[in-house]
Amino acid sequence: MKKKDFDVIIVGAGPAGIAAAYKLATAGVKVIVIERGAFPGAKNVMGGIFYRNVLADLIPDFEKTAPLERHIIEQKMWLLSEDSVLGGGLRSEKFNKEPYNCYSVFRAKFDKWFAQKAIEAGALIINETVVKEPIVEDGKVVGIRTDRPDGDLYADVVIAADGINSLFTKALGLRESITPDKVALTVKEVIGLPEKVINDRFGVLNKYEGVTIELTGPFFQGMTTMGFIYTNRTSVSIGLGAIVEDLVHNKANINDMLEKLKAHPAVKPLIHDGETKEYMAHMIPEGGYFAIPKLYSDGFMVCGDAAMLVNAVHREGSNLAIESGKLAADTYLEAKKTGDFSAKKLSAYQKKMKNSFVLKDLKMYRHLPKMMEDKRQLLTKYPQFAIDAAFDIYKIDGVAKIDKIKAIKKRVAKLGYIRMAKDAFDMWRKIR
Amino acid sequence: MRIEDKLYLIGYKVDEEDSHLKVNEKDVCKKCKHRACTFVCPVDVYKYDEKEENLAINYDACVECGTCKIVCEYIDWRYPRGGFGVAYKFG
Repeated sequence: MKKKDFDVIIVGAGPAGIAAAYKLATAGVKVIVIERGAFPGAKNVMGGIFYRNVLADLIPDFEKTAPLERHIIEQKMWLLSEDSVLGGGLRSEKFNKEPYNCYSVFRAKFDKWFAQKAIEAGALIINETVVKEPIVEDGKVVGIRTDRPDGDLYADVVIAADGINSLFTKALGLRESITPDKVALTVKEVIGLPEKVINDRFGVLNKYEGVTIELTGPFFQGMTTMGFIYTNRTSVSIGLGAIVEDLVHNKANINDMLEKLKAHPAVKPLIHDGETKEYMAHMIPEGGYFAIPKLYSDGFMVCGDAAMLVNAVHREGSNLAIESGKLAADTYLEAKKTGDFSAKKLSAYQKKMKNSFVLKDLKMYRHLPKMMEDKRQLLTKYPQFAIDAAFDIYKIDGVAKIDKIKAIKKRVAKLGYIRMAKDAFDMWRKIR
Repeated sequence: MRIEDKLYLIGYKVDEEDSHLKVNEKDVCKKCKHRACTFVCPVDVYKYDEKEENLAINYDACVECGTCKIVCEYIDWRYPRGGFGVAYKFG
């Protein structure tokens, strides 16, 4: 007789795995989640912005109990040079009305809460257990081997939601090894500050309203780097991520870069006199659409970071993870009706993903990672030019505006009209 | 803020019995040109002693990000045993 302990085994209690577990348990499926941390969330890190709509589909009143920090009413974008900032952004009262667009969250708290919801729905979550490898029989994934004594478990389907360092996709031959150009190493500090100080510095009225700042530009010395500053209730999260290949090439240390960012004249006043509460590091998949592995095989599906599902342009990841977990669960529920869990049947998951915003968005930006690698000027020369030009215009020094504009035009010519036009054309052509 | 001081803020349950990070061929570090592990790691786990020609691996500081295994194929990287390793308060 076929060995079977559960209907579905899920590896990893992050947003993808828990979303799948929640949906399956709610439908009465016998599901177990294996987590290697001391509790769900113990190993999990993100910058901190969570988009609500994917979770509202699953748990409509989640805001009543979920550990949320601030809903975001203003999103800013800063171009940084050594001594200047050129900024833009959007603040809207529409973001200050329910349902909110997104929240700052702490994953160690949020994932723990989400896992508890899945447990209440009937899922079993086992912590402190490492999954060593998939058990494959006749080319079909039939279970997992854990580091516990007698730790083999069998099920109809295994869902891998085991994060960026997933051993499943590689072990099953669904993708190659991750290369340094496909991931960013990101570090973050949580810096404690009184609630009122945060409100005043970021221009909000109370501890429920929040602001985000995304940072890039020539300050990061040609490395493809994104920084961020997010408000929490009584702390500010500040961090940055750089493509690993760039770090190696520049012999750069990411903590040194974070310290340099914290000392920038426009950043320092925001965190001044704060007390660092925690420092953390995590890799983010940045390869985009072309780095996504095949999402299924016989008895197997893969979700979240393990499937490289991150939209770096829009700092979205946890929402893509939850959506993929939901769609994997839907696929299982359909397959269960026929008792057929073959690759052919589970290929429906790939189709569902293709039709969802997850792969549609990532496909739209598919050329971006390569373009950022090829066109370093997009993050260095052009922003530096814009910052210098803005400075000249704002600075009143007796030089006539017409002469200032002439000087700026000369600098544009130096950058190369044709090259700039070509870069603009390439961007337009490749992102649509 | 120095990385040493930041490490005090991170919660760990250290597996005293076993390192989850190893370099199985010691000679490769000696010949390695970039020694990227020594500067890429966000918590300074790897330090190379030129005199002793030895790579010291301070695995109890590891936050399990996985970057080292991406920059060096000789690093034998595993997850710490279940329940061990980093445990974030905030994350």
